[in-house]
Amino acid sequence: MTSISDIEAKIDAVSPDRGPDKAAADYLQLAENVLEIWLEAHDKPPTQDTKEGFRLLALHRQGAKGDGSFNACRETCRELCYRYNLVKQANHAPEKLAAAQQMTLLTRHLYLFISGKMQVSGLGDFCCASKPLRINEQQLH
Amino acid sequence: MSETKKYKKVAYYPGCALEGTAQPYDHSTKALGKALGLELEEVKNWNCCGAMEVKNIDPKIQTYLSSRVMSIAANEMGHDVVMAPCNGCYHNLKKAEYDLAHDEGSKEVVEKISKKAGHETYKAGQVETIHALDWIKDSIGEEGLKERVKNSLNGMKIANYYGCMYVRPRHIFPEKDQGPGSESTSAPHFMDDLLEAAGAENVDFPLKTACCGGAHTLSDSDTSTKLVLNILEAAEASGAEVIATECPTCHSGLEMHQIRAEKVLGRKTNVKIVYFTQLLGMAMGLSAKKVGVHQNISDSMDLMKEKGLA
Repeated sequence: MTSISDIEAKIDAVSPDRGPDKAAADYLQLAENVLEIWLEAHDKPPTQDTKEGFRLLALHRQGAKGDGSFNACRETCRELCYRYNLVKQANHAPEKLAAAQQMTLLTRHLYLFISGKMQVSGLGDFCCASKPLRINEQQLH
Repeated sequence: MSETKKYKKVAYYPGCALEGTAQPYDHSTKALGKALGLELEEVKNWNCCGAMEVKNIDPKIQTYLSSRVMSIAANEMGHDVVMAPCNGCYHNLKKAEYDLAHDEGSKEVVEKISKKAGHETYKAGQVETIHALDWIKDSIGEEGLKERVKNSLNGMKIANYYGCMYVRPRHIFPEKDQGPGSESTSAPHFMDDLLEAAGAENVDFPLKTACCGGAHTLSDSDTSTKLVLNILEAAEASGAEVIATECPTCHSGLEMHQIRAEKVLGRKTNVKIVYFTQLLGMAMGLSAKKVGVHQNISDSMDLMKEKGLA
């Protein structure tokens, strides 16, 4: 099993220049690995289901259940799937390469966000998720 | 000239950031409004919206703080629209509105504290809270902007960065995702639409709403720096010369961590960070100085000169 600290090096090792199709598949796999690590760390067996044809989206949905802050990476996951489709469907090499290169940054963002959440409890919880961290600990009113 | 009466005169809630680190956003919002013939009346004696800190300790106190701002605008100033350019303020007022419409506990707390503080209790629905993007989009619109452009942005390549609080969580923004013409929470486009109307070329930017780590910028600076660096590099990889912002927290985070990424990680990026109100202001013929471009930490004056805007 890949650890979260191995993922960054693996992202860096993928080279869209050497083949955008292979790179796109690798990035998607690494993004799935990131979410699998998060789920396993929270005692949730990662789903094998797919959503809209992508396991990544099913894994995201699983992670977001009961944790609104997880939606802070929802669009990153969806963009990854969108760019993956672009790589697969583009007819011209420059378009394929550009989409695969964008997948590099998207995969890295997903990794950074999730690894940040694993290091710092609550990253993203109380801003965009509007979720209080210390609710009910004290009543001030 | 195209315009609608909608939002022609609104209550203006600048919030703390626009009086501090985001003064250029405040100056450019006011200057842009004036140039477009829109009137802003600042909420009298406004207070903090509760930001992250209060919400984190007690969300109902945050609901009260935001409700007080809306109460003053509605009950003491007679407004039915409050415009908040800061994503944090905008989000918190929307959250308070939602809580007061759906949660009896929040209503009770707000009533109790309002009584104690000696002002009228805010009732859900008394005002509509809008963002600066809604304000321009719905009062002037793209066609109205096109008619008023004096200095086209001249094909300036822009990555539009909305940050997280403008669209999340979805349930507090019932007016979004309502089909054509409405804003999208998954792929926001209002800033893209407005800047394109002013002559910009929007690039295909995949991290429009990605987390910048803003809330953890002090407690975990390294994560924030890496998240921001990735956003900056994604913008550059997309061909952007400028990242347009509409949130003071995102804006200062991008500026500060751009510098920190170079110092700590040795990774330099050149993309400029500019408020959308500054870009629109210059397109409307205002000087770069008038909209506070020289006050930004990210120095974009040379680029603005190159584009004929300064």
